[in-house]
Amino acid sequence: MKRREFLQSMTALAASTAVAAPAVWSPAKAQSRKETLLLVTENGPNNLDIHGVGTNRPGYEASWNCYDRLITNGKKTLADGSLSYDRDKFVPELAEDMNIGDMSVTFKLKKSAKFQDGTPVTAKDVKWSYDRAVSVGGFPTVQMKAGSLVKKEQFVAVDDNTFRIDFVKKDRLTIPDLAVIVPGIYNSELLKKHATDKDPWGLEYTKSNTAGSGAYKVTSWKPGVEVVYERNDAWAGGKLPELKKVIWRTIPSSGNRRALMERGDADISFDLPAKDFSEMKKEGKLKMISNPIGNGMYSLELNVVHPPFDNEKVRQAVAYAIPYQKIVDAAMFGIANPLFGGKSNDVASILWPQPTGYMTDMAKAKALMAESGAGAIDTTISFDLGDGVNSEPIAVLIQESLGQIGIKTTINKVPGANWRSEMAKKSMPMMVNFFSGWLDYPEYFFFWCYSGQNAIFNTPSYVNKDMDTFIDGARAAAAVGEKDKYATDVKGFISKAYHDVPRIPMFQPFLNVAAQKNISGYSYWFHRQVDYRSIVKA
Amino acid sequence: MLATLGKRLVTVIPTLIGVVIVTFLLTRVLPGDPAVYFAGPAATPQSIADIRKSLGLDRPLPEQFARYVNDLAHGNLGNSLSTGRPVATEITSRLPASAELTLLGLILSLVIALPLGILAAVKQGSWIDHTCRVVATAGVSLPVFFTGLLLVYVFYFQLGWSPAPIGRLDAFATAPPQITGFYLFDSLLTGNFETFRAAFSQLILPALTLGIFSLAPITRMTRASMLAVLASDFVRTARASGLDNRTVILTYAFRNAMLPVVTTLGMVFSFLLGANVLVEKVFAWPGIGSYAVEALLQSDFAPVQGFVLTMAVLYVALNLLIDMLYGVIDPRVRLEG
Repeated sequence: MKRREFLQSMTALAASTAVAAPAVWSPAKAQSRKETLLLVTENGPNNLDIHGVGTNRPGYEASWNCYDRLITNGKKTLADGSLSYDRDKFVPELAEDMNIGDMSVTFKLKKSAKFQDGTPVTAKDVKWSYDRAVSVGGFPTVQMKAGSLVKKEQFVAVDDNTFRIDFVKKDRLTIPDLAVIVPGIYNSELLKKHATDKDPWGLEYTKSNTAGSGAYKVTSWKPGVEVVYERNDAWAGGKLPELKKVIWRTIPSSGNRRALMERGDADISFDLPAKDFSEMKKEGKLKMISNPIGNGMYSLELNVVHPPFDNEKVRQAVAYAIPYQKIVDAAMFGIANPLFGGKSNDVASILWPQPTGYMTDMAKAKALMAESGAGAIDTTISFDLGDGVNSEPIAVLIQESLGQIGIKTTINKVPGANWRSEMAKKSMPMMVNFFSGWLDYPEYFFFWCYSGQNAIFNTPSYVNKDMDTFIDGARAAAAVGEKDKYATDVKGFISKAYHDVPRIPMFQPFLNVAAQKNISGYSYWFHRQVDYRSIVKA
Repeated sequence: MLATLGKRLVTVIPTLIGVVIVTFLLTRVLPGDPAVYFAGPAATPQSIADIRKSLGLDRPLPEQFARYVNDLAHGNLGNSLSTGRPVATEITSRLPASAELTLLGLILSLVIALPLGILAAVKQGSWIDHTCRVVATAGVSLPVFFTGLLLVYVFYFQLGWSPAPIGRLDAFATAPPQITGFYLFDSLLTGNFETFRAAFSQLILPALTLGIFSLAPITRMTRASMLAVLASDFVRTARASGLDNRTVILTYAFRNAMLPVVTTLGMVFSFLLGANVLVEKVFAWPGIGSYAVEALLQSDFAPVQGFVLTMAVLYVALNLLIDMLYGVIDPRVRLEG
């Protein structure tokens, strides 16, 4: 037995692996590292194409960076120095010119634009892509509908470089809806080759391949592990990005994502829990960026169809019993905009979201409970376990507080997979929930959450004729630019929502990002994913 | 030998049929509606119905089952909705990752547990016996995610000896070409020592975590079965005949004590393979356990069925292997048809 030799070789092996660990980069590797971004997040994509069946949020990020749209939002610098998309400014991406007529809009395409396989981008591709978005069903079709883009006949390829959209009706959201992720431009000739009878739009192919003209293309994708992007040097959609390569790793453990950032091994950690964010900010080793999520709020939602919350007084009592400040401090570590403690429930501005007139006032809550005649109440408070980090402490705090005004609650944790179907049933009496809309307009939020169409997000099942009149009025006024009528209606529906309180707004959360100090150019986007194109690594 | 093997394999068939039926029914009984989940944030009843139809979930259960069995017969385990890939591809790429980690963990554990168990039995009641007890108890009572995070904190975060816990390879290293799916073997087979080193250094901490956890059953089983054998007549005879201590313990006693140890090993291995989800989560390891759990959380039927089926087949194969090992270790045990 050559035991001694064996032991020696094992020691040598162990020593060599130990040294291997910290980055000892050869010059070539160091160079590539400088041009490569290492991004870490909790989840990765399940599909690279937003048109696919059930594409998850990380999948939207792949679509955003690999496909171009005709137009995109401009950028602006916020008061705290961070960058954000500009809701009201549009800049050309694949189009070089946009001409809005009375009942149509016409685009001229950039002649230099090419797909990543070298074929030029033509109006035929644009029409095919728009046809695809309104035909595949599911989320993309619904999103197109939000901008009144509903049928193929609306989209006309006038000639190779000219594309026209005919409006079915005047809608202020049509142009903004062209700049969201869904109406990306796909390489129609390439995808037609991959199409089958069962899959006429080539969804199988785009699930794991990118077929666009965008700034990046996916060169490798291992689901649940990593996505590797490379830059498209022939990109015509804007200024050529600085990063040649982006590696996006899925790291499920938030503690390890934090360790990776603090050791300097990862460049950006995206969408951090509020707790990590506030602690890392205090340490001050990294660049910490935080933006309020536009058109989004956490609220406590009460089912108005069934007792006990069909009683308006009970709902108002609950609204006065919520320990708002405690929630913001203890559950969100102070990283949230309060949506309580405003002057009155009759709002004076069209800002959205804005504070309600409610604040924690147990005496008032008890008085309202007595007035309501509801007696003792025993009910459940539900939340989405997939968002347990935020929702669980909120639910516990509310449970404790409601106990003091005679409402006994049991906490019902709903697994992430079941949350949507539970919401669709509309049988949960009380729930902690989050909603945000891509298009940052109050009437868009109300259309989903308060209108008589009773969409899945109208979890309280709140249907009210006056409310619908306000919402429809605001939408119609916005379409034709009647500012005064619009303002009256928006103030009208917000005030009504705050008086009737089917949902009790609590706070507007933030999107939190940590980056190394040498990273700049990160911008907040309505879609809440990372845009690699503007990021610079010094 | 071949005939007995054949007979054993025939008895496996009803087990597998049972597994297929039970997994199919179980996934259907689970609460949660995949169509609603995958319809995404702005779903309408129409879009949910579209998705339900495209997934074939609007058909009656017997028809869905017939389609599932038909697909299975063609080697098609279906498509995962959550990763968008065929389940068979996912499992073949993830199983080696789990197996490599589990095997290394088990080897590490064996290297410590066997000598410790034997020593504890030989020197019963001594300090080494107590050490054995403490180590085993500590290993099994520390939850794996805790051991894992602790190791990461000390060896990566504080000391910087270990590479970043981001999966099987560093983000800037390239994976070896797929031959066996085991990075260590593949990189050696292609002569790529840099990748071998990178893969090995990524493996150490998670393997150690698993090893610490599996120390307890192996050490305790080794100790217990050694104690029983050491007290038996043939050992006393051997000692009386003047054989030296080493021969008595290693050649005679240990070989006879190995049967229960091997059984435990098989159980620990198959348990670790499927159940090391937490270790996989902590080290971002692209293994089969976390794949199945994620699929389950999203009501993604196909991977769950594929996972249970694969594990059942593995378990059956492993049991067969262990049964045959019995015969090799102890000639008195032979497979009975």
